[in-house]
Amino acid sequence: MAEWILSQFPDSILGYVIIGALPLLFILPYALVTIYLEMKMAAHMQDRVAYMRTGWHGTLQPFADILKLLQKEDIIPTAADKFLFILAPYLVFIGTYATFAVLPFSSQYAGSELYLGIYYVIAVSSITVVGILMSGWASNNKWSLFGALRAAAQIVSYEIPTALALISVVMVAGTMNLQVLSQQQSGGIFDWYIFGGPFPIVKKLLLIPIMFVLFLIQLTASMAEVNRTPFDIPEAESELVQGYNTEYSGMKFAIFYLAEYANLFVVSAITVVVFFGGWASPFGNYLNSGGWELFWFVLKGMFFVSINIWLRWTLPRLRVDQLMYVSWKVLTPFALVCMILVGLIVVSF
Amino acid sequence: MNQVAEYFGNITQSLKTIAIGMGVTFRHLFTPAVTVQYPTVKMKLPERARNRLYVNIDDCIGCDQCSKACPVDCIEIEIIKSTPEDDLGITSSGSKKKLHVPVFNIDIAKCCYCGLCVYPCPTECIYMTPVYEFSEFDRQNLIYNYARMSPSEIETAQLKAKKMDEELAAKKAAAALAPKPPVTQPIPPPANTAI
Ligand code: SF4
Ligand code: SF4
Repeated sequence: MAEWILSQFPDSILGYVIIGALPLLFILPYALVTIYLEMKMAAHMQDRVAYMRTGWHGTLQPFADILKLLQKEDIIPTAADKFLFILAPYLVFIGTYATFAVLPFSSQYAGSELYLGIYYVIAVSSITVVGILMSGWASNNKWSLFGALRAAAQIVSYEIPTALALISVVMVAGTMNLQVLSQQQSGGIFDWYIFGGPFPIVKKLLLIPIMFVLFLIQLTASMAEVNRTPFDIPEAESELVQGYNTEYSGMKFAIFYLAEYANLFVVSAITVVVFFGGWASPFGNYLNSGGWELFWFVLKGMFFVSINIWLRWTLPRLRVDQLMYVSWKVLTPFALVCMILVGLIVVSF
Repeated sequence: MNQVAEYFGNITQSLKTIAIGMGVTFRHLFTPAVTVQYPTVKMKLPERARNRLYVNIDDCIGCDQCSKACPVDCIEIEIIKSTPEDDLGITSSGSKKKLHVPVFNIDIAKCCYCGLCVYPCPTECIYMTPVYEFSEFDRQNLIYNYARMSPSEIETAQLKAKKMDEELAAKKAAAALAPKPPVTQPIPPPANTAI
């Protein structure tokens, strides 16, 4: 697909710009849908109904929200470091947006079929930490700074179990390329890595429990990486006002928001690609062509986004020390043990 | 060994409780909402809900009991005595009205809906209604005026009352020289205890 677009615009930078902008076509509608989904799920879990007036069952509310945010005054505090303050939200968004380059939306479309796919995702998504720290520091506000520090500590800590969990799968699959990973799992639901991958039965059975633990580790750690409840201590409203984006308003705040939701999809998509077959249809070759691949990918992605939302509105926030405990004393050792077991299985079969 | 058991116990327990919690929220996802779409749908108020006051001025005998009971002093009542030849009618409970009520203002903005004014009213003409939506853009509009006497009516009533009072006073003066009230000394203020 990338080649095709480039061939349409020879000797011009336009082709690259279009390729670069393609994920936006997905992110913007996705963000609108997810905002709506989140509000509705949150409300119904609390026996409320959420917005009902703008459009049918409030379906136009996300648009109204965006219109509102566009009109808001964009305040920059006098004591803030202007340059960093303005740069920070864009940096956070860039860190998230860059990861979309390798997400295999279908076998035809991926911005880049990088060999180091997973490695790239983990590395690039860490740029958001820089943006968050920047926003916290530049705001010149204690709450913001606390939030930023917590966010940095949290994201860095949880990157380790995520990376370890993903490495174990990479050891089984023998590739970091997300496109190849999806290809390997395209033989129906039992070829997905959560069910042991496309291997002979004995190896499969040995792998299933480990994969399941790895999946839980990845799910938990990825939730922490997107700073959502129960891991939302960087934003903890009751303690820190809004954490690192306390001072932001208008469009800059909207960009933080957009980045958070986009990031939510990225981590869900990684979970999907690594454990749940990426764009592969659960029925093997049935319903597994062109548009359907995109459909499956987005459907699975949205499924995990919903699980994230579900967990968010179920669990209370962790304390800072509990957060560190979960990362360093539970997830990391478990991930290490799983990695060793996977290594033994891979070597002996 | 104990610590190991505790460690794994904690993990299994947290997984279990998370699953239970998710079960609860999932069930609630499909229970009907308890909230209603307020301005279009309204909840039934409790029977003795206290909301906006209403005064049935036809039954008011101007006894000022409600105003005295009010803890925030938001009821303002003025009265004019009626002359014997005036007939102000009777209240629905049958008692005869003896006082004009030219002013009966309730500053509902100050009202705390305690309902204390309702109980002492001898004719039960001040009471709570189920109306609770009465916000206003101008605070002045929240002073409810229940009196229904026109300025000219008030003037005639005042004149009559004055005349009656004067006649009474004249009668009294004629009957006997009114004993002078004892002259009272103003109480001196307490001495300043300078240190
Ligand atoms: S309800 Fe209470 S506050 Fe309101 S007018 Fe009556 S006595 Fe006063
Ligand atoms: S207590 Fe009743 S009758 Fe007496 S002044 Fe108040 S409203 Fe009128």
